[in-house]
Amino acid sequence: MDVKVDMPVTEKIKLSVRNLNFYYNNFHALKNINLDIPENKVTAFIGPSGCGKSTLLRTFNRMFELYPEQRAEGEILLDGENILTSKDDVSLIRAKVGMVFQKPTPFPMSIYDNIAFGVKLFETLPRIEMDERVEWALKKAALWNEVKDKLDQSGSGLSGGQQQRLCIARGIAIKPEVLLLDEPCSALDPISTGKIEELIHELKTDYTVVIVTHNMQQAARSSDYTAYMYLGDLIEFGPTNDVFMKPKKKDTEDYITGRFG
Amino acid sequence: MTDKHLSTQFDAELSGISTRVLEMGGMVESQIARSVYALTNFSNEVASEVLVTEERVNQTEVEIDRDLSTIIARRQPTARDLRLLIAISKTIANLERVGDEAARIARTVQRLVNSGVSSRLRLPVKDLAYEAELAGSQLRKALDAFARLDVDRAVEVLKQDDLIDQEFEGLMRKLITFMMEDPRTISSSIDLVFVAKAIERVGDHAKNLAEQIIYIVKGTDVRHNPVGTVESLVR
Repeated sequence: MDVKVDMPVTEKIKLSVRNLNFYYNNFHALKNINLDIPENKVTAFIGPSGCGKSTLLRTFNRMFELYPEQRAEGEILLDGENILTSKDDVSLIRAKVGMVFQKPTPFPMSIYDNIAFGVKLFETLPRIEMDERVEWALKKAALWNEVKDKLDQSGSGLSGGQQQRLCIARGIAIKPEVLLLDEPCSALDPISTGKIEELIHELKTDYTVVIVTHNMQQAARSSDYTAYMYLGDLIEFGPTNDVFMKPKKKDTEDYITGRFG
Repeated sequence: MTDKHLSTQFDAELSGISTRVLEMGGMVESQIARSVYALTNFSNEVASEVLVTEERVNQTEVEIDRDLSTIIARRQPTARDLRLLIAISKTIANLERVGDEAARIARTVQRLVNSGVSSRLRLPVKDLAYEAELAGSQLRKALDAFARLDVDRAVEVLKQDDLIDQEFEGLMRKLITFMMEDPRTISSSIDLVFVAKAIERVGDHAKNLAEQIIYIVKGTDVRHNPVGTVESLVR
């Protein structure tokens, strides 16, 4: 399917998806996807369950390679380099393309070590710099004020919303270029959700953010671009303002107005 | 809006509010017809009825607006649902003003009757009735287009607004001639100038309504564009 996008020429493209096909064994989960994700913007993927939005997200840092029966064909260009065929260590790619999952996944260690753990894999920092990095990441994730006096306590003692912000802090501590968020707020209350959305808005000054969400209002509130997917096809991709006010395709309109049956 | 939402309640709310807009439209259409009837027949009684009904028109606008806020707050509509609700908000403001014009005409009739002006003055009230017929038909067409969400019919309304404007200018010339020929008619002729203007405004409101219909269906805002370009904008 050919999807035309009214992307302003001023947008710099961070990630380019070219003719991407994805298979779970014989199941064809993504069908020839072509998509450009602009730098320092928030791009949202929406669509009903099973449409391939999470699958697409998980190709961006080769997360699918953990499972032998899954394979991707085509190109995913990160600043022009195809990460699918890259000879680099996959953990280097994941350092550039961080990910936060639906359920908060704090490591069973202290709040401080949750952040420091990933950093240590890639950098050897003196203690004082590591302290600064931990503080920076927690501040960036709007969690610092709530945890600064209990950094040595376990991360799993935090509330769900705090745990999710801890995971985001962990994700940004290694200073990735792209941050992938897979349903980051689905288990959170509206206040925690509000904080995360506020955070997403701030993060885009430094990062390219891609978010998968079932909550269309969340996509409408927090993204600059929106992609609507259905049954493995990219149906429509464009500026969020257009997609939610005047979508080009009837399928998109039916989905976002709740006519999907 | 033939396609059904997952929520039948939402469908019911949207069709319910559309129906109320049409009811309000029918109400103000009849208000204009009644006020012009009062003028052509110098009927104080009908003019009073129009002024009483005006209260109901105003009340209807307030009620529809309240329902709009409720639907937006509860449903967080998007795309054409949102466009429909925004367009309704503007449409009812226009319909309320049509009601105001009818009330203005009714008050003028009362003043004319109370000051002893009668049909013997041979004022061109029949020409005003013709202008009112044109405006009423424009309003009816616009409401009809709203009921069917019919863009072609809405474009027709936009194109025909010129006819009312021409009729209005013709009336102006005629009334000026009246005033020059018989200065005793100056006061009542000026009243009729304002009535003619009120009717001309009804045509403008019908036009605004037609523009909103195009916005609902096509998502294109055609306001402030020359009529000739509208067709190419909606294709």
